[in-house]
Amino acid sequence: MAWRIVVGLKDGVKDARGERVRREIKEHLGYDLERVQTLDVYTVDAELSDSEVEQAAAGPFSDPVIQEAAINRPLASGFDILVEVGFRPGVTDNTGRTAKEAIQYITGRRFSADEGVYTSTQYLLTGLKDKEVAEKIAKDFLANGLIQRWTILSADELDPKTGVPVTVPKVVSDSTPTVNSIDLNVSDEQLLDISRKGMLALSLEEMQKIQQHIADPQVVAIREKVGLGAELTDVEIEALAQTWSEHCKHKIFSAKIEYEDENGNKETIDSLFKTYIVGATRDIREAMGDDDFCLSVFKDNAGVIEFTDDWSIVFKVETHNSPSALDPYGGALTGIVGVNRDGVGTGMGARLIFNTDVFCFASPFLEKELPPRLLHPRRIFEGVVEGVEHGGNKSGIPTVNGSIVFDERFAGKPLVYCGTASIMPRMLNGKPCHEKKVQVGDHIVMCGGRIGKDGIHGATFSSEELHEGSPVTAVQIGDPITQRKMFDFLIIARDRGLYSSFTDNGAGGLSSSIGEMAEDTGGFEMHLDRAPLKYSGLQPWEILISEAQERMSLAVPPENLDAFIQLAKDMDVEATDLGNFTDSGYFHCLYEGKTVSYLSMEFLHEGVPQMVIPAKWQLRNLSEPELAAPQDLNVELQKLLGRLNICSKESVVRRYDHEVQAGTVIKPLVGVANDGPSDAAVFRPMLDSFAGVVVSHGICPNYSDIDTYHMMACAIDEGLRNYVAVGGNIDHVAGLDNFCWCDPVKSEKTPDGEYKAAQLVRANKALYDYCVAFGVPLISGKDSMKNDYQIGDTKISIPPTVLFSVIGKMADARKAVSMDVKRPDDLVYLLGDTHNELGGSEYYEEKGALGANVPKVDAASALLRYRTLNKAQDEGLIASCHDLSDGGLAVALAEKAFAGGYGIKVSLNRVAADAGMREDQILFSESQSRLLVTVHPENQAAFEALFKGQSCQHLGKVTIQPELLVSGEKDKILISTPIDLLKEAWQAPLREM
Amino acid sequence: MPKQVKAIVIAGNGTNCEREVAFACKLAGADVSDIVHVAELLAGRVKLDDYHFLNLAGGFLDGDDLGSAKAGANRLLHAKIAGSDETIADQIRRFVAAGKLVMGVCNGFQLMVKMGLLPALTGESKQSCSLTFNDGGRFEDRWAWLKVDPESPCVFTRGLDAVYLPVRHGEGKFVTDNKGTLMQLEQQNLAVVKYADADLNPTMVYPDNPNGSEASIAGICDPTGRLFGLMPHPEAYIHRTHHPRWTREDMPEEGMGLWMYQNAVRFIREELLK
Repeated sequence: MAWRIVVGLKDGVKDARGERVRREIKEHLGYDLERVQTLDVYTVDAELSDSEVEQAAAGPFSDPVIQEAAINRPLASGFDILVEVGFRPGVTDNTGRTAKEAIQYITGRRFSADEGVYTSTQYLLTGLKDKEVAEKIAKDFLANGLIQRWTILSADELDPKTGVPVTVPKVVSDSTPTVNSIDLNVSDEQLLDISRKGMLALSLEEMQKIQQHIADPQVVAIREKVGLGAELTDVEIEALAQTWSEHCKHKIFSAKIEYEDENGNKETIDSLFKTYIVGATRDIREAMGDDDFCLSVFKDNAGVIEFTDDWSIVFKVETHNSPSALDPYGGALTGIVGVNRDGVGTGMGARLIFNTDVFCFASPFLEKELPPRLLHPRRIFEGVVEGVEHGGNKSGIPTVNGSIVFDERFAGKPLVYCGTASIMPRMLNGKPCHEKKVQVGDHIVMCGGRIGKDGIHGATFSSEELHEGSPVTAVQIGDPITQRKMFDFLIIARDRGLYSSFTDNGAGGLSSSIGEMAEDTGGFEMHLDRAPLKYSGLQPWEILISEAQERMSLAVPPENLDAFIQLAKDMDVEATDLGNFTDSGYFHCLYEGKTVSYLSMEFLHEGVPQMVIPAKWQLRNLSEPELAAPQDLNVELQKLLGRLNICSKESVVRRYDHEVQAGTVIKPLVGVANDGPSDAAVFRPMLDSFAGVVVSHGICPNYSDIDTYHMMACAIDEGLRNYVAVGGNIDHVAGLDNFCWCDPVKSEKTPDGEYKAAQLVRANKALYDYCVAFGVPLISGKDSMKNDYQIGDTKISIPPTVLFSVIGKMADARKAVSMDVKRPDDLVYLLGDTHNELGGSEYYEEKGALGANVPKVDAASALLRYRTLNKAQDEGLIASCHDLSDGGLAVALAEKAFAGGYGIKVSLNRVAADAGMREDQILFSESQSRLLVTVHPENQAAFEALFKGQSCQHLGKVTIQPELLVSGEKDKILISTPIDLLKEAWQAPLREM
Repeated sequence: MPKQVKAIVIAGNGTNCEREVAFACKLAGADVSDIVHVAELLAGRVKLDDYHFLNLAGGFLDGDDLGSAKAGANRLLHAKIAGSDETIADQIRRFVAAGKLVMGVCNGFQLMVKMGLLPALTGESKQSCSLTFNDGGRFEDRWAWLKVDPESPCVFTRGLDAVYLPVRHGEGKFVTDNKGTLMQLEQQNLAVVKYADADLNPTMVYPDNPNGSEASIAGICDPTGRLFGLMPHPEAYIHRTHHPRWTREDMPEEGMGLWMYQNAVRFIREELLK
């Protein structure tokens, strides 16, 4: 039978969670409730005795000091409306899993496969009578209908004896596993129909390619030998669809692009990826020669570079945009724990050291009516932040660097970038740790979580297919603890040399992980029926492509299999032998001994036809705005400081543990009150060494509206100048590109595809040009190419956005520099020239203008400046250093001053600016490669000597008077504002988020 | 040869800070500082009896899914060590009875309180205090000043007046089951560390008191002073580069958190192993 255990706080104990929910209902939806109380509900569906249930309720389920528990009766009282929110069947319920384990420890008996614990939360709303409003609160705030269900009862509807009726959200399935074959000997129209209905996302050309393959009599003859026929099975077609998906094959980046520039010059680009990304790294590595520090690029789950003589750094950044749009919490959580598996699953395995996160949202204060199915940006903000918080904090990985970019178009699709760094020994058991190879005969072992219908077909689903009793398929919820246990186990297995290769199970599930690993040997044989399932009723093809989380696939040599499985068992991790890697040349799956797939590895991996995409670049007819000279620059500066793209993100940063592992040397928040904005993070991964990993990023989608070439160049420069600002070594740094684009393929739905494709080409050209110019190799990256919203006639496309992440090292983290001014009378210098480059700037946007003069990067002078800065840092000449970015010089001056708790007095006349620039233009221009540093007076001569011949302007000094004082022509005071006021303007907007 | 000081840090099931805690023990002078997965203890391959200083480190045991450290406490209380009828809790009780030291930090403190190891006013393992959701309802990472009670019997804070350490938790609000418990904690000087303002006066005002803890309590010890738990992280400030303002202030190489580990090692060497 099922028991309901309800746990609530005792009288007089503050319900902080309920109070937070009350506040957020008011902020999100505008309903001002009197009170919200919360209760936890455990529905225990298991054979237990009364006393065992009582013990669980009194013990692990409730806290005797602050809580009380009720079994099969309500605890709720003194409310108007009760809303109970629980998961739909099949949705990952981490708390339910922990509760089940807790009962098992008490009874000493394991639950049977049918038994389980399901959790839900009761919200008791007071000050609300209208059930329709409660429904809205449930739907729009308390729950997500994709993964959760809810019950609403008014006080008089709650049965005083039994409470809320028992619901057991168990997955019930009576389907028996079957394998269907698909007749592809059909018309083109029917081929497309098969692709559409099966959510295969294969184009006609791709379907035809498969049709031709299976029509080959030689192929059929071989198939017949293993008991298959002239038709593909559903297992095979699903495997092909996964392997050939945009997500796995990056078809747009591999496409042939017919590009035409603004002058009508035409060129054919055979793969953007190979030409510009791989090409840049190849050329840079050649130029570096013996100094090449790259160890593994593009071929593994993450890139690997040298760190110290004994250790290497591994870095990867992923996006998880579509899932986060549907379920912000689960999407972001899955994003971060998913990229963690990439970090761990590189080479023979690495230990995670930190996470980074960058989000692109619409304003949380957006007041417009949103088109159907879009969640309000505030809800996305809150959910995503919480997801990354749980994913990072619970996994014990500090989140050390990130940012949030706001643009209204991100209402159509939020961008959620999750990055992770890890370290591995240079050598493991006598071999380079960043290399791995599956051997013929190795066992296929899957470990970690079990397989369910989670994430089948990614996000290409519609809610209409969800109904009570059917598991949710596309939305996943990560489980950091199951994953942490698996990582603890894997690192021991690695050091004991128990496996020869491994990788994570991400997109495409086993189909992709085993399919890719088997490229080493040229085939495999896998028994799908041996895979452990969360619940029965999965079809063989579902087992193959499920994206259920927290799983890794390994190649374990036969002689180590027993030791591997035993270690897993000891450490409470499930590991299952699914078959063997072979050199048969075939993707061979069986179910209960019967062959269900027999695809040639070569066709699977090389068969996908190359796309051809037209691209045509046109200069947009843009001009600079004619703005009246501002009346009061104090007001302008405060307005800019309060803009969402510039203001403090402290409320978010504090929710991330940025110090666990005790390695964070430059933290995200620095300065006299621990609240100034760091440019980059410095992290010391080995506790007994001062070698530091430096990480930062650049992202500037604002400039894409003018020219994506310069957007890309600026993102690279921004990443690098943040990196050098804290002391990162400019000659030992690598980049990662994460492209998020709107659909660039011309079609009925995308009539402007040629322009969007040209934007993509231009960004890639800049990526090549500037990485080569700076000597920064790319080591890994990812693209997400369909960031559009389209329902009916409404289409929202995100601005083309590239996150350029930067990772490198500094030999001695004790030489790191923070951005806050340190002492009165220190000298303030600006490095780099200021041009009339306000196109796409925050200042213009504040004025409602775009402009035309997008900032351009002069890599040669920037590189010299960055190298010289490194030298000055090494010699201890720099007291503080801050990069100039959004909002330009004025914002950087303000941030440096209030972070340090002192004033700054500077003269604008001394800025090396283009002739004829107005004062507001000099203050707010976003010219690149500029840094603002302070220097102790005793170091002036040495500092100036180092920068002799470079653009280095002595603007003024740090003052004890806590005021930002900027003077212009004839010493006219342009800005004089106390730093407290500036700080307040900067902190206010997102303080309460 | 003098006897060795042996520290153990339990890892696994969501413990996260085991490496830095083990390093802090080592740096403080422990001769042995082992990180041991809880599975090793449950398998009976490692015994607590072989150590002097038990560290329960920060993290999220079982995700804190049933409330912070609740499921973790349940495991230690109920899971049997292979081939015996003993639990890890039994081993810990024997460890304590042998006059040894236990320190719990953050999730480790929550674990000690929820197992009833702290404050153990009557000497029996019954939970009388708790750590629950911060008044702000959110996880927060920020640094806080702690005022040390100079009269406390706590072994770990001997000679200390105040320390500056990071707090990193969502469930750090210290509460007691009744006024009597709180009164006893205060009267016996067991409320070892309290959140304090810039003048080092205990405070209830956010953010100096980051979570709304009763009587500003950040950490407590048992009447013997050998069992100590606190929410802030001493292992996160053992070198000056851990300090959030090390780039702007002159400060000693050693961080304030290290002092607590040094006190522990000194006690073991000079009093336990003498």
